[in-house]
Amino acid sequence: MKFLRYLLIGTIFGITLAKAEVISWFRIYEMFKFQSFHMYGVIGSAVVVGIIVIQIIKRNKLKSIDGEKIIIAPKQFSWARYLIGGSIFGLGWAMTGACPGPMFILLGNGVGVILVVIVSAVLGTYVYGKVRHKLPH
Amino acid sequence: MSQLLDWISQPWPWYVAGPLIALVMFSMLFFGKSFGLSANLRTMCSILGAGKSCEFFDFDWKTQTWNLVFAAGLVLGGLISYLYLGYEPAANISETTISELKGFGIESPGETVVPLEIFNWENLLSVQGFIFMIVGGFLVGFGTRYAGGCTSGHAISGLSDLQPASLLAVVGFFIGGLLMTYFILPHLLVM
Repeated sequence: MKFLRYLLIGTIFGITLAKAEVISWFRIYEMFKFQSFHMYGVIGSAVVVGIIVIQIIKRNKLKSIDGEKIIIAPKQFSWARYLIGGSIFGLGWAMTGACPGPMFILLGNGVGVILVVIVSAVLGTYVYGKVRHKLPH
Repeated sequence: MSQLLDWISQPWPWYVAGPLIALVMFSMLFFGKSFGLSANLRTMCSILGAGKSCEFFDFDWKTQTWNLVFAAGLVLGGLISYLYLGYEPAANISETTISELKGFGIESPGETVVPLEIFNWENLLSVQGFIFMIVGGFLVGFGTRYAGGCTSGHAISGLSDLQPASLLAVVGFFIGGLLMTYFILPHLLVM
């Protein structure tokens, strides 16, 4: 039962991205071609509201429901990891039109074959785990 | 009630979706968790036993159950909008995008949620389908773990926290996405 809250938040997130057409392959293509403001509006307004939310949390030292300090785990800066890893992800994102969130939403939205993309993404993660020591980070 | 249902069944504009996404991130933080979907792919590797052969997956995946449940919520959200919230596969994409994609042989751009001539079971057996679905999915899974996060973890959570690493990751997302869309997709789409 304690997990029910995450199911609910996930459901809201899923409905939001479905209704705002973020799960559409065509919207991602359009975004990368700069042919519409829509996706930039979605991500941009999410980030603007997100920045305000995080600032409020930090300035007021708000605590989570368990009384712990709320933090977003800081990522240690490096060039190679984010630039190369990010670019590889971007190549796949533009092909499949789906990042790891929308993949799951598309599955519920009637696109059964996206299951193949999910399985393949799990495989990609596995191969990264196997070869990560050889990669620049 | 039915009026409410009609109202939320319309396509949602960006200025509704964006703040809601931020609210989702805040809710996860408030419950002491993080907002990042790609971690689930790593958890799935661990569930499948990858921890035996690789220390990267050797962790107690049960501690990640909350995130798997969150992902299950995404599937459910997709299903609810499909069944009850006036499922309208068409995306209101620009005329430029439509005519451009028609030029690449996509019959009805924007009228389905994915281009059906590419994303279907039969096409998996073709070189084109293999590249779009298998190679594409692989790159997403490999790249997102290499970069330590995807759109939710970096573009939303990381940028909201003004983290330079996340900004660099998003620059990477666009380098890859633009290369693919401008230089590679034109060839793949007409295969």
